[in-house]
Amino acid sequence: MTRIDVRKTYKLYIGGAFPRSESGHSYPVHDSLGAFVANASLASRKDARDAVSAARKAFPGWSGRTAYNRAQILYRVAEVMEDRRPQFLEAVRQFEGLSAARAEKTVDEAIDRLVWYAGWADKITQVVGNANPVAGPFFNLSTPEPTGVVAVLAPQASSLLGLVHVVAPAVVTGNTAVVVSSFERPLPAVTFAEVLATSDVPGGVVNILTGSATTIGPWLASHMDVNGIDLTGVAGDSELATALEVAAADNLKRVRRAPAAEPDWTLDPGTAAMTAFLETKTVWHPIGV
Amino acid sequence: MAEKNVVSTGSTGEARPANGFDYAPAPESRSIVDIKASYGLFVNGEFVDGGGKAFKTINPATEEVLAEVAEADAADVDAAVKAARRAYDRVWSKLSGRERAKYLYRIARIIQERSRELAVLESIDNGKPIKESRDVDVPIVAAHFFYYAGWADKLEYSGYGGGNPQPLGVAGQVIPWNFPLLMLAWKIAPALACGNTVVLKPAETTPLTALLFAEICQQADLPAGVVNIITGAGETGRALVSHPDVDKVAFTGSTEVGKAIARAVAGTNKKLTLELGGKAANIVFDDAPIDQAVEGIVDGIFFNQGHVCCAGSRLLVQESIAEELLGRLKRRMSTLRVGDPLDKNTDIGAINSAEQLERIRELSAVGDAEGAERWSPPCELPQHGFWFPPTIFTGVSQAHRIAREEIFGPVLSVLTFRTPAEAVEKANNTPYGLSAGVWTDKGSRILKIANELRAGVVWANTFNKFDPTSPFGGYKESGHGREGGRHGLEGYLR
Repeated sequence: MTRIDVRKTYKLYIGGAFPRSESGHSYPVHDSLGAFVANASLASRKDARDAVSAARKAFPGWSGRTAYNRAQILYRVAEVMEDRRPQFLEAVRQFEGLSAARAEKTVDEAIDRLVWYAGWADKITQVVGNANPVAGPFFNLSTPEPTGVVAVLAPQASSLLGLVHVVAPAVVTGNTAVVVSSFERPLPAVTFAEVLATSDVPGGVVNILTGSATTIGPWLASHMDVNGIDLTGVAGDSELATALEVAAADNLKRVRRAPAAEPDWTLDPGTAAMTAFLETKTVWHPIGV
Repeated sequence: MAEKNVVSTGSTGEARPANGFDYAPAPESRSIVDIKASYGLFVNGEFVDGGGKAFKTINPATEEVLAEVAEADAADVDAAVKAARRAYDRVWSKLSGRERAKYLYRIARIIQERSRELAVLESIDNGKPIKESRDVDVPIVAAHFFYYAGWADKLEYSGYGGGNPQPLGVAGQVIPWNFPLLMLAWKIAPALACGNTVVLKPAETTPLTALLFAEICQQADLPAGVVNIITGAGETGRALVSHPDVDKVAFTGSTEVGKAIARAVAGTNKKLTLELGGKAANIVFDDAPIDQAVEGIVDGIFFNQGHVCCAGSRLLVQESIAEELLGRLKRRMSTLRVGDPLDKNTDIGAINSAEQLERIRELSAVGDAEGAERWSPPCELPQHGFWFPPTIFTGVSQAHRIAREEIFGPVLSVLTFRTPAEAVEKANNTPYGLSAGVWTDKGSRILKIANELRAGVVWANTFNKFDPTSPFGGYKESGHGREGGRHGLEGYLR
């Protein structure tokens, strides 16, 4: 007689905890061939607001940590992902319909990209900041600072590698994030949340909502305590992307616009995903005796 | 304070009358400027008529009509954008950075040569004191062109554009009336250095120096269409920023209009830079060098009549020194000279327009109604023109509208705090985040407070300092993008 397996309940990740949606709603998730896999929590407006509160609460602590410490924590995330490599391989194979070889390449790339971003934590300031030689007796220094709470609409197709490409650059610089996963492929994001929860990432730094960017996006875009929004997850839907950018203007969120189509995530992303959610602060002080 | 008393000034201890010395008038001659009766639009290197209804620009210190200025209608805006596009395609994008640089250096030199003329005209059209237009605005304008000229052939070292930065195309730029020529320089210099062509709209109350700048472009033999200046009000600006062939929008002005522009460019590929309002906190700790702090407070709020987006309009003073500091501040304010902008001794000039004066009066009346205590030094204001005395409100709470809304005039709201944490909390309690000031003798405290302030520019033991090499711009609803410095290139490159 075969053993009855213990199935997992897939939940949201808010403030370091794994709640179900307060709405009680869930939705069925299928693999790439259309077979039922599990029910995922369907995040509601209230869940999004809770996630923003958690992200705001986590912001002073996370942005106040040393860059070295944030680097170590993101590197730790990569370590734990590596440890769970078989699980991620299975997930991308199952939901993205990838061959074994392609799945390996995708997961390897995701882990390596995290390592790459981890290293940026204590270098971005040196690369995008500088001293300014003003024409007078003043010390003058420009340095980058995180924008604050960033809403991230994660890519729809690339459920793991794409997710890493939008989450890591937002938080490595000290922002905190509210992430809406791929709608049809949400489970790798939930597994990623479990990695975050066991990698010394403080609760609330990354919050992951499974559900629809189409319904959650507008609430986040118009939320007055969100400082920036990455629209990558609505790539190809220019009407929705425009509506979200219009809503984001209510408090002048920093907007990373949606590309026409999901990019090739194996390419070097450059620094743009980080600088989109950085502010430049310039401090002056007289020089004298 | 008793008006007849002799008081000692804080720093030198010299005795002098409470209301300052009597100064003989020392007006700067306006004969150096030649204001025409009417001005057209500057499109494709020539002055042309506008299709809209011409409007008058006045001297805010006298209400005298200075000139009639053309209004650009939608067709004029389109013609200007087309001229900029042609100049971009055929000339400017084909020039090497080294050649572009030389045009910008030429412009910088002509600005220096004609600096007195520019300063006088700026003071006449804007109302700002000649000592500011002469010693602050115009020198920084020239320096700005000089600085960005040098970038034109070094962009591949800027860190932007992945080592091979490219211009965006046509920039549509809309600027305010508080620093007409300086804002023009902040917009045009980096745009041209990066290889873009521009259509710029100055504010409707201060178009004259921009039109004189158009003449400077002609003197520099700048290719036709590289710079186009179109005059008009909000409608003209709207037509410009929403023109489909504009690749870049740069705006300095109110947060309300900035949000409207952000909505207008949503869904396009236009790159956007917004430099908007502010309600800066100027924080004074009990160990601050108090006379320097008083000078900084005065500079922070009364410079340019307080028509400064980064003005230190909220004074946060540590409770233990509040009384002493306010005493000294009031004494210092009593020596400020309000009047003829062209008088070389004038500290505070005219409010730029009747409309702005009305807004300052209205918000000040709200301050009275909400229970704050208003104080101004005895101060005789001219009969004609738009004037408002330097004013402070004490007993202000964070909920008061004068502590939350940008007054954009010579009006300071004074609040107190007890601990550094409270100071930071109050300073950051605003949707704005453009600038802030901190005054203390303790170095480690400066660095901690500067780190915690959510503002794009932090002046420590100084205030309202500007330099072409220093990036300027805000957090939160004060806008995004930076102008000035290496960072100022980013908004004009891809």
